Amino acid sequence: MTASSAAVAPKTISSAPWRERAEEALIPPLVALLVALICGDLLILSYGQSPATVYRLLLEGTWGNAYGFGQVLYKATTLAFTGLAVSFGLRAGLFNIGAESQLAAGGFAAALTGLALPMGTPLILALPVCMIAAGLAGGAVGSVPAYLKTRFGAHEVIVTIMLNFIVLALLNWFIAGHLHVPETLHTPEIHAGVLPRLADIDSRFHGSAANLALIVAALVAVAVWFYLFRSRGGYDLRAVGLQPQAAEYGGISVGRVWMRALTFSGVIAGMGGINYVLGYKHYYEDGFASGAGFLGIAVALVGRNHPFGVLIAAFFFATLSQGGLAIHAFVPKQMMDVLQGVVILAVAMAVPEVRRVLRGARRRVDA
Amino acid sequence: MNPISFLTQMIRIAIPYLFAASGGVVAERAGIVSLTLEGFMLSGAFAAVLGTNYSGSPWVGVLTGILGGLIFALIHAVATIRYRADQVVVGVAINLLAIGVTRFFLKLFFASSSNSPRVAGFGGNINAAGFDNPLLWLGLLVAPVMAFVIYRTPFGLRVRAAGEHPDAAESVGVSVKRVRYAAVALSGILAGLGGVYLALDQHQFTDQMTAGRGFIAISAVIFGRWDPIRAALACLLFAAAETLQIQLQGSNAIASQFIEMIPYALTIVALAGVVGRAVPPAALGKVED
Repeated sequence: MTASSAAVAPKTISSAPWRERAEEALIPPLVALLVALICGDLLILSYGQSPATVYRLLLEGTWGNAYGFGQVLYKATTLAFTGLAVSFGLRAGLFNIGAESQLAAGGFAAALTGLALPMGTPLILALPVCMIAAGLAGGAVGSVPAYLKTRFGAHEVIVTIMLNFIVLALLNWFIAGHLHVPETLHTPEIHAGVLPRLADIDSRFHGSAANLALIVAALVAVAVWFYLFRSRGGYDLRAVGLQPQAAEYGGISVGRVWMRALTFSGVIAGMGGINYVLGYKHYYEDGFASGAGFLGIAVALVGRNHPFGVLIAAFFFATLSQGGLAIHAFVPKQMMDVLQGVVILAVAMAVPEVRRVLRGARRRVDA
Repeated sequence: MNPISFLTQMIRIAIPYLFAASGGVVAERAGIVSLTLEGFMLSGAFAAVLGTNYSGSPWVGVLTGILGGLIFALIHAVATIRYRADQVVVGVAINLLAIGVTRFFLKLFFASSSNSPRVAGFGGNINAAGFDNPLLWLGLLVAPVMAFVIYRTPFGLRVRAAGEHPDAAESVGVSVKRVRYAAVALSGILAGLGGVYLALDQHQFTDQMTAGRGFIAISAVIFGRWDPIRAALACLLFAAAETLQIQLQGSNAIASQFIEMIPYALTIVALAGVVGRAVPPAALGKVED
């Protein structure tokens, strides 16, 4: 909405803040999309292809057929978990860069649990048990930076990055040294907890990996939304994220909120491990989480830290990733790696800039 | 174990860390978070191979490699200083962008998704064990030079002021923004040189060839408490651990994964303050309006 039209129609008290927030939330991702499209054009042209053809192929290969769409949904599921995890921490003002290793640890725990359960355990029992195990493993990893931050003031960004390397090396040691099927880097197949695939319900999705974890991800998003915006604990968490000193004076224990935020961020990321392990391959494989943690940061950023925004952003980044495969015959799929970086960079730059421009414009209108 | 071969191998492993960590120290002392070193190294490595491949001279590769690191550093600087974007987010973006751009260009210029063709390099005399490479000597000198720059020159004083008391620096007429631009540019050049050394030493570029070395350099910066000399010693320590791992391979004394963890575990220990707390520059990562 432009400044001039706002001046013509005096804004009502109830609608104005909502609209302002919506503008500040939606404009940066749209700017980023535009920038990404322009960069995409340049990359396609540098490869001597026509942007229109390539973009049409991209849409056909992702949203245009059931298999491609299923693959997008599958990839979006993991990104939704890591994105929700990162945004949960960010709502408390904390940056969890450890979603990658938390996801891996969660998948590892889910696989071990699925292996330990007796053959034929009903899904209604096996799924919650595996999810709890995955969440506990992710939460255990997340609690380390939480404790070090609360107890010693160690910066969570560095601790989570360092912990990524440590946890992934540890998991690699378990798999490579002890738990693998010979000649591979994965565990045996789980005995219980296998999730039905979308293809089992609608045969058009045949071959795609999309599975019931998709529904779980959506439910987790709703739960996160409810916690953040409809519960006392979520109110405290957001208060700490906005202004820790003020929250402390208001009687909130900042340390306890930090502890809870980073640990539960790890729990959410860890539960994401079920998508690959219970839903797709039915075993834990070394490196399955590769890249999903860092993209989770992108998803949280583009989704503007709102649980439902995160779901949309996860779908968008999954489309980019699957779209790379769809266009590979014309332009290398590596183009999508470039565009992912461009989108994050553009959103990161647009968020503070848009806020300044909008607020400047509003001040002029009010004056 | 032969102590001479251990030492030479350790130094060769340490050189990329020494370059990148020096860059990290300068940028962070100026108040800008350096999670970008990995991306700077990767772009430097690719640009060096590109330049060397088309010119046939590794010296041209050094220049293009510096340019590669510099370009990404300028993107980083514009995003964080001009647009005041979150430095951690931009760091993540720069690293992903560097992976993406180098992959795309690998396809575009060399029609490969894994590696470039073999290019020329420095030295190559077997008996010199890598010590006939001028970049190696430069790498050994970079930390003392940076220590001199940071502690003994007006520029270094401004860098430290920008990182500790930006308001005070502004009030005496120092342009904090300009100092930070210069510091980030310098970090791009230095980390880029780390990538150049890596690529020319292996005579080719391979996808994601920096493999986390930028993060080891960050570890060294923190473990060395943002001091160029101590950071360099941390680089040598981490390189020694890695050399040990390579030389012990096959003996099954300690699983290699546990030696890999050493730099990261030490960094966490340093941050938690178990043995003398590592305290970052006061204005590190802060965005003032």
